[in-house]
Amino acid sequence: MSDEKKQLEELTSQEYKYGFVTDIEADELPLGLNEDIIRAISRKKNEPEFLTEWRLKAYRHWLKMEEPHWAKVKYPPIDYQAIRYYSAPKNQPKYNSLDEVDPKLLETYEKLGIPLEEQKVLAGVAVDAVFDSVSVATTFKEKLSELGIIFCSMSEAIREHPDLVRKYLGSVVPPTDNFFAALNSAVFSDGSFVYIPKGVRCPMELSTYFRINAAQTGQFERTLIVADEGAYVSYLEGCTAPMRDENQLHAAVVELVALKDAEIKYSTVQNWYPGDEEGRGGIYNFVTKRGICYDNAKISWTQVETGSAITWKYPSVILKGDNSIGEFYSVALTNNRQQADTGTKMIHLGKNTRSTIVSKGISAGKSDNSYRGLVKVGKNATNARNYSQCDSLLIGDKCGAHTFPYIDVQNTTAQVEHEATTSKIGEDQIFYLNQRGISTEDAVSMIVNGYCREVFRELPMEFAVEAQNLLSLSLEGSVG
Amino acid sequence: MSLLEIRNLHATVEGKEILKGINLTVNEGEIHAIMGPNGSGKSTLANVLAGRDLYQVTEGEVIYKGKNLLEMSPEERAREGIFLAFQYPVEIPGVSNMYFLKTALNEKRKHHGLPELDAADFLKLVRDKMKIVDIDQNLLNRPVNEGFSGGEKKRNEIFQMAVLEPTLAILDETDSGLDIDALKAVAEGVNRLRRDDNAFIVVTHYQRLLNYIVPDYVHVLYKGQIVKSDGRELAFELEEKGYDWLK
Repeated sequence: MSDEKKQLEELTSQEYKYGFVTDIEADELPLGLNEDIIRAISRKKNEPEFLTEWRLKAYRHWLKMEEPHWAKVKYPPIDYQAIRYYSAPKNQPKYNSLDEVDPKLLETYEKLGIPLEEQKVLAGVAVDAVFDSVSVATTFKEKLSELGIIFCSMSEAIREHPDLVRKYLGSVVPPTDNFFAALNSAVFSDGSFVYIPKGVRCPMELSTYFRINAAQTGQFERTLIVADEGAYVSYLEGCTAPMRDENQLHAAVVELVALKDAEIKYSTVQNWYPGDEEGRGGIYNFVTKRGICYDNAKISWTQVETGSAITWKYPSVILKGDNSIGEFYSVALTNNRQQADTGTKMIHLGKNTRSTIVSKGISAGKSDNSYRGLVKVGKNATNARNYSQCDSLLIGDKCGAHTFPYIDVQNTTAQVEHEATTSKIGEDQIFYLNQRGISTEDAVSMIVNGYCREVFRELPMEFAVEAQNLLSLSLEGSVG
Repeated sequence: MSLLEIRNLHATVEGKEILKGINLTVNEGEIHAIMGPNGSGKSTLANVLAGRDLYQVTEGEVIYKGKNLLEMSPEERAREGIFLAFQYPVEIPGVSNMYFLKTALNEKRKHHGLPELDAADFLKLVRDKMKIVDIDQNLLNRPVNEGFSGGEKKRNEIFQMAVLEPTLAILDETDSGLDIDALKAVAEGVNRLRRDDNAFIVVTHYQRLLNYIVPDYVHVLYKGQIVKSDGRELAFELEEKGYDWLK
């Protein structure tokens, strides 16, 4: 193995130690959770009265709920009183230039193909003022506002557009929806808000801006995207680079509203710290993501999940309107001791609603990877169609793959198809590629990327390339 | 110096000895046919030369281009010009044939200190090679071997051989399961790729492939040993008499 490869392998298969050095001055509240803390959070964020009440209501409901344990994941009990629920980061650059950053980290960025300016932000390098004032983000924002598109942080939206927030916040994922959504509703820190006006097609992927700001998002993220009638938006969340975060518990909520004839495409790449080889210290990612489609609307979720010690995530679509469409394309890769229980829910309520589910699970090391999905067809959903395909790929013989499909059909005109396969990367496939001059590591990543192609082609081009590189990096050291 | 020198090669699979002292010398420009009944060790020999780790070499040595072949990894052997046309080419879903082949060629080029070919140059090369091996353009854009018929898989092997230009090509029962047209196409490809500075080892059960690929030498492998070597006539003799007379 070349030195370069060795270094990368150390970097990826050992620990994301670079991700965890945070030395920020913070304005913070004491540990623990009670009504005073929630009021204090709301006050610090200068929120209107209705939102303070909304948070408190969610909190009171949360107190009566129990942490769910039906997922196929194991973790020690979480002490919710030992968590700090508010800590405002004062973002101070740690370094003055990229030269001061660990070269190995830069090598990873390089391998993932992340542009230089973004590398700086991710690594915590001061971005020079000239770049900042003419940044892509600023240019984007001006262009977007000309079209009437609102794209800002949730905090800003609460201050600047309270009516929109009030109308849609919690309309898809009510504060009482589940344990983690209730917790998020009570204490959410920040997140993104997008509103696309009637008939407007957002001219760019909402990505770069978000990515640059992603380094500052908290553990209780709240995102709300509203596409008004006939609008279109493609939104990219996350980052392929290893993310630094000292918070172990993450409970985000994402709500999508696609009004009549609107379309929302939501793509995620998640690469949170997965823990060390024994699974210690990794992020617990308990996310609630759901969208609602009105007549003729379409919502498409595409996700590439490679990080976190625990992933608990089921991006769903409520097909409320007639002729609406829901899609879910997912790649979930687990290595070492990672555990993922992920899938989707497609709730068909309107007539002629269609949904497609393509899930590709990859398990390596001693990890456990489960697909859990629900297809529900309501009694008024005449001519509903669903196609589900759930594939599992195993690398090695110490990992597990599981599929839990739930189908609930109440209308006899529905057509629901489910296909599932489980395969192992064959030694004969690897040898075939070896015999053509391709190393085992490259062979595995080629086979895995081929296996995921149906999902990758749903991703925006540049993101797809990064996702492929990410998959290769995440698998390094998993074979032979 | 000969291209390949096999001396007293012994190899086992799961503890069972299959090759029991093979000796064989292959020079540049030669075509050697290895024939023999089922289970005689023909495929084992092909796989051992390619470096498959299912097989353990227990004794003997293999010198290729003056180097100890047995110390090289399968991918190093490939980059050094050893090519195995598989008896059962595997499917690699989702990976386009073109992408796979470009990666393979560039691995070899890097190994030899040559610049990697970009997509445009590679396409040009592929067009040239399509004149040598008759292959449907569609097959090249499809995932590697996925849904290919038996004949298409074998043609694809020969096409890969044309692109990778091996120094030593080993054809492992490439003729099995082929109809006469596919057989001819495969043989034609091999004949066009034949040069003074490369060599072929053609492993086959039947003589019929040798009607189209004319070997310089024919060796009979029986119970893990080469029991007879001769010129092309030996193949005809085997066709006529079968293998029993050699036992």
